[in-house]
Amino acid sequence: MNDEFRYLMARAARGKLDRRAFMGRAAALGVTGAMANTLLATAARAQGPQRGGHLVIGMQGGESTNSLDPALAASQVPFTYLRTTGDTLVNITPDGQIEPRLAEEISASDDARTWSLKIRSGVEFHNGQTLTAEDCAQTLRRHSDEESQSGALGIMRGLTDIRVDGDTLVLETETPNADLPYLLADYHLVIQPNGGFDDPAAGIFTGPYKWVEDEPGVRHVMEKFANHWDDSVGHFNSVEVLVINDATARNSALQSGQVQIINRVEPRVAGLLGRAPGVQIHSTAGRGHYVFIMHCNTAPFDNNDLRMALKYAIDREDMLDKILRGYGSLGNDMPVNEAYPLFDETIPQRSFDPDRARHHYERSGHDGPIILRTSEVAFPGAVDAAQLFQESAAQAGIPIEIVREPGDGYWSEVWNAQPFSASYWGGRPVQDQMYSTAYLSTADWNDTRFFNDHFDSLLLEARGELDLDRRKAIYSEMGMMVRDEGGLICPMFNDFIDAHNAQVDGWEGNPNGEMMNGFAAVHMWSTA
Amino acid sequence: MHPVLTLVIQRLALGLLLLLAASVLIFVGTEILPGDVAQAVLGQGATEQALANMRAQMGLDQPAYIRYFQWLAGAIQGDFGVALSNRQDIASSISRRLGNTLFLASVAAAISVPLAIFLGLLAVRYRDRWPDKLISGITLTSISLPEFLLGYIMMYIFAVQLGWFPSVSNINAGMSFGQKLNAVALPALVLTLVVLAHMMRMTRAAILNVMQSAYIETAELKGLRRLTIIARHAMPNSIAPIVNVVMINLAYLVVGVVVIEVVFVYPGMGQYLVDHVSKRDVPVVQACGLIFASVYIGLNLVADIVSILSNPRLRHPK
Repeated sequence: MNDEFRYLMARAARGKLDRRAFMGRAAALGVTGAMANTLLATAARAQGPQRGGHLVIGMQGGESTNSLDPALAASQVPFTYLRTTGDTLVNITPDGQIEPRLAEEISASDDARTWSLKIRSGVEFHNGQTLTAEDCAQTLRRHSDEESQSGALGIMRGLTDIRVDGDTLVLETETPNADLPYLLADYHLVIQPNGGFDDPAAGIFTGPYKWVEDEPGVRHVMEKFANHWDDSVGHFNSVEVLVINDATARNSALQSGQVQIINRVEPRVAGLLGRAPGVQIHSTAGRGHYVFIMHCNTAPFDNNDLRMALKYAIDREDMLDKILRGYGSLGNDMPVNEAYPLFDETIPQRSFDPDRARHHYERSGHDGPIILRTSEVAFPGAVDAAQLFQESAAQAGIPIEIVREPGDGYWSEVWNAQPFSASYWGGRPVQDQMYSTAYLSTADWNDTRFFNDHFDSLLLEARGELDLDRRKAIYSEMGMMVRDEGGLICPMFNDFIDAHNAQVDGWEGNPNGEMMNGFAAVHMWSTA
Repeated sequence: MHPVLTLVIQRLALGLLLLLAASVLIFVGTEILPGDVAQAVLGQGATEQALANMRAQMGLDQPAYIRYFQWLAGAIQGDFGVALSNRQDIASSISRRLGNTLFLASVAAAISVPLAIFLGLLAVRYRDRWPDKLISGITLTSISLPEFLLGYIMMYIFAVQLGWFPSVSNINAGMSFGQKLNAVALPALVLTLVVLAHMMRMTRAAILNVMQSAYIETAELKGLRRLTIIARHAMPNSIAPIVNVVMINLAYLVVGVVVIEVVFVYPGMGQYLVDHVSKRDVPVVQACGLIFASVYIGLNLVADIVSILSNPRLRHPK
């Protein structure tokens, strides 16, 4: 690399030379386009974040029914605007560590039942009020109230006491819970003044951006909050989230430069979109997975041989290839994968085996078609996936009959109600939470009707176990139990596919969620 | 009383009755949908406890007929209540959305109605010759393509390739009239293409229908120019069917453009309604239904009255 090129690169990184001009000069100096692009991205990152600019994000997953009340948030747009305007007590870093945010120090008692969180001082709400430990306590109380409609109610259930001791928030859990900090990073739990009891949808938080305009289902405008406590985040002057639910419209908006970042790029167009000038596609391996679930307590699925037959009768490679176009990884009939901390990577991968499937099917003694319910809303491509399943099962002599259900009412009438259906899971930050949410005998969402006392006791044991090796061994055993006895058929884990253009930089994928776990506007910066 | 006045009053009364019947249908229709609001709002995250809490809070435990009359009384006073899903005032959210929808519909109508009638006249003037065939060919092709495809084609050409107009037609209160026009250029263009054929063909057919009459022959024998005959003599006598078709298309522009709204991300009524239907937000769905019904009934009423007034036999009774 000669000096002239280095000079050009520095200028381009500082925004003094536009990208096109840079590429042209680079070509004149004999540097290939791809090479120049990579070098420029590196240079821009080395240059560090720049302040200023207006960010526009085009997103799927916003409705005119959305509210600013964090308790009611459920789709991608509220997820993103809460991450952008609010702060939680802690965050989870891309490599799975706990990052202190509003709580600056976290400590646990030896039995992992009492947790103390020292609340940061000098933090200001958007209305000028100063953050207190009591605000944090009230927020957690509001979300853990049985009367509340909070999406975080499930994960708050384990808390038996929330109290304040000076500037410290003290939490007591019913059973030992070594993973508690991970639960506090949930996006519903952004801290509000007095916990949001006075006006839950006021939009007053402590985040790097504050609210300017809220038009649910249309657009959400936020501007930099000058008094935010952390200078290292929030580089734009203003951020606008445009709700663009149509995939093609999102792609066009990115290509024409009307937006700088989009979420939910469809796997079948990701390759094509990536070829457009300046567009970068980011595929992040996550914990979300697509599933076919059987009720272990309902005939004919109460027979483990039949369950095993179906597990061997699905062609995971083919499905990953055709449904996700490779933007994902193989499932292993467990709800966890290597994106989770303490995952045992030595567990063998299950693969398509028609002979074994036939053997188990004959041993089960079942006869007649097996009804599988599916719908377009179960997961993208769920109807096609069910047909692939039907085909591969037919090779093993197992007749599957597909019933296509309407998307409307699927989550109330079919999922968690019918014995065999397609569905998806978004994944959780830690294994304990994933298993407690859906595989514990008493879980609300035990959608495979998996009742196993030994499994339950292992889960509780692991939760309070501070020895990581021992914990990993327990999780491995639990994973094997679900894999070999449970009602879950998990063909694949899906990647998050997002894209941005050259007007922004600083992307860092995070397995906890799409769009850098919702923090794209918080951590990225403008290159314009 | 003048017989025309009686006829008009009769029409108005009939319209009101129809609106009332529509309101009953809308209410019953939203009642018999499977599932309820609480389930739809909470979705996959619903627990029994949360469901029960939400139902009680929303008053879903009251009998249906009581809720109907409460709702109707409110609606007459312009109070549609608050949206169940996000507690926002329905009347104010709708007025903004309705304003946007009417703006887009007006722009599309301002282009398409004069254009359709002019092309119709032109098609009659050059009947069965190449201008007629060209006009019919182009308009029928554009109506035959699905509107979202037309939208994507326009978007690809004018937004991505040429960069003349934005692909995202977001408009808001802070924009000037010119900026708004620029923002809605593409959706208005697509809507024009979608509604053009229907109105143009109807104009052509209606005028051709009267072109056989004796008075047209008289006009021809007087030596008038052909376009003058069509515009001055044939057109006024075929106004009734043309107005009917124009009104149906105007109604479509107001209530039927949800696909275009989604493709161009336009914040109109259609998307607003669809979002609330999927959340089972009954009050909003009912309010939208009532507004859509009023638009349809109102525009058809106008068409009826125009046909009555355009008929000289009714205007000047013996």
